[in-house]
Amino acid sequence: MPDQLLFAMEVTLNGLMAGVLYALVALGFVLIFKASGIFNYAQGVMALFAAMTLVGIMKGQVPFSHLINAIFGTDIHYFGWHVPSLIAILLTCVVMVGLAWCVQYFIMRHLVNQEPIILFMATIGLAYFLEGFSDLMWGSEIKKLDVGLPQGINETIDRVTFDWFGYGFFIDNLDIVATVIAALLVVALVVFSQYTREGRAMRAVADDHQAALSVGVSLNFIWVMVWSVAGFVALVAGIMWGTKSGVQFSLSLIALKALPVLMLGGFTSIPGAIVGGLIIGVGEKLFEFALGPALGGATENWFAYVLALVFLVFRPQGLFGEKIIERV
Amino acid sequence: MFYREAGDFKTSYVEDGQTFPIRFDRYRYYFVLAVAFGIVPFFINDYWANAILLPFLIYAIAAIGLNILTGYCGQVSLGTGGFMAVGAYSCYKLMTAFPDVSMFIHVLLAGGITALVGVVFGLPSLRIKGFYLAVATLAAQFFLVWLFNRVAWFYNYSASGQINAPEREVFGIIITGPNATSTAAYLFCLIFLVASALVARNLTRGTIGRTWMAIRDMDIAAEIIGVNPLRAKLTAFAVSSFFVGISGALFFAVYLGAVEVGEAFGIQKSFLVLFMIIIGGLGSIFGSFAGAAFLVLLPVALKVFGVDIMGWPTDIVAHFQLVIVGGLIILFLILEPHGLAQLWRVAKEKLRLWPFPH
Repeated sequence: MPDQLLFAMEVTLNGLMAGVLYALVALGFVLIFKASGIFNYAQGVMALFAAMTLVGIMKGQVPFSHLINAIFGTDIHYFGWHVPSLIAILLTCVVMVGLAWCVQYFIMRHLVNQEPIILFMATIGLAYFLEGFSDLMWGSEIKKLDVGLPQGINETIDRVTFDWFGYGFFIDNLDIVATVIAALLVVALVVFSQYTREGRAMRAVADDHQAALSVGVSLNFIWVMVWSVAGFVALVAGIMWGTKSGVQFSLSLIALKALPVLMLGGFTSIPGAIVGGLIIGVGEKLFEFALGPALGGATENWFAYVLALVFLVFRPQGLFGEKIIERV
Repeated sequence: MFYREAGDFKTSYVEDGQTFPIRFDRYRYYFVLAVAFGIVPFFINDYWANAILLPFLIYAIAAIGLNILTGYCGQVSLGTGGFMAVGAYSCYKLMTAFPDVSMFIHVLLAGGITALVGVVFGLPSLRIKGFYLAVATLAAQFFLVWLFNRVAWFYNYSASGQINAPEREVFGIIITGPNATSTAAYLFCLIFLVASALVARNLTRGTIGRTWMAIRDMDIAAEIIGVNPLRAKLTAFAVSSFFVGISGALFFAVYLGAVEVGEAFGIQKSFLVLFMIIIGGLGSIFGSFAGAAFLVLLPVALKVFGVDIMGWPTDIVAHFQLVIVGGLIILFLILEPHGLAQLWRVAKEKLRLWPFPH
């Protein structure tokens, strides 16, 4: 086989893996959007917050230590214990549920029945708030996250492809793990929303708020639950991205990458989020591979948006979305 | 008692149609202009000009621009930073290509070029709306920043990839470059702000502004009563981008002097201007001023309070700033969706009746 084709295949595979990570973030968006019609811009910052909290708990960091030290002139940083990653993940889940409750109680409850764009702007505010808050709580330096996921080149794939084509593909173990976890997460979410009582209530709320209320579904509870689930998805995404490139501010920018994924897949479809993520992941890698050198490189920054833009003009509801978008 | 229209009789159509029909408003406006042009320039120094006055004037122009698009026409845009970059880079290209032409013309032309770019990126608004459109403008933001970063022609093939404002003058007074005095820079920006505010105010009072508001309030109804949505939306994009382009040109040429596009005109800038109009008040020219003033003053006030008085490290103060800005956005959206401008209107209403309760 010619080298170019092999490179293209490797790029495609890596794009698929990157797409899985985009899809993970997009999933959190879809959940909240389906259940409450809110486009949650803060999803990326929630992933950042979750990852920072996880690192902080694992290392036994004292919350707000910088602030306390600045005000009282003390010098405390660590409790001096290390929490095993599994317990830390569970504790972080508890924190994310708490966050979900706070968001519902202090913000969304007061904005019921507002226009979607107002809710969107409120979540931008929430994103800023949370970003500053997590920096105050855990400090803003880049942190290393290691919960024991395998990393580095996958030797088996490298060897097998070398035997087949005479060229070993480079695929990161972490990407494979991420793919498996994303698949499990999607299956779990589908089972949850199809077969459990709470999941059905969630879909009822998504269909029609008033009808759901009239048959006795508690909107408050459902929304807290949805934000909690989104927080959990954010935690998973935060772990994956954090392990890959360190826990830092740029983590919150993946939220922006998830937007075109949603445009492509449709705002209301869980499979759409996955497929959209894969298309964007592969598309931007292949585009960079094929035309990047000619255009000056770093086309990944805008390719996804322009693709989504072109897509919007022809099929505004996305690949799998419901036809609810008002055409102008 | 202080603020009333009783006894203010109009005897001609010109008087009836003036920009500020209420006498008190008009005098206040003249007073503010007199202070801004006649008194402030004599007391200005470099710190005040660079920390507060210049950013305020320039952001106010950008906020007026975005307010026309978002507040009056209802089309949310997250591409303000990108359009400011268009203004800055076209101004730079014009300044270097035609060194003898006055800066006034350069800045205006930069606004015009930005308006054209804005219309192109406004085309999707004819088919999509709401935050779908917001994402489309996000595409503009990322694409434009990438373009100015990568295509060397835009920064005249300079080694650093930055653009630096050369020294240019208006009527023999140096406006840009390191030798410009803060008074000259201040007055130059002030003239543009006053002109922009006047034009924006009168546009929004006239036919074109009413078509924008009709589209914003209900596009289908607007179409039925004969508003052409294509024209209304594209003019809103053009006028808005024109002002945003002017502010971008001033931001680069007069305020910063040297610009790296990703840093100066990134996505954060788009959000900053959006926050200004949310806090200031959507659909209000005064709100654009109030929001710009608020968000320019807030970091300065926090820095003075946190770093200078309390002695906290700067990074903690910066994080507090994020928390406060985010919290305020949420608070304003919940409690007063029309922003500071609405608070001002309520205060005026109270002043009108004072000291009587009804």
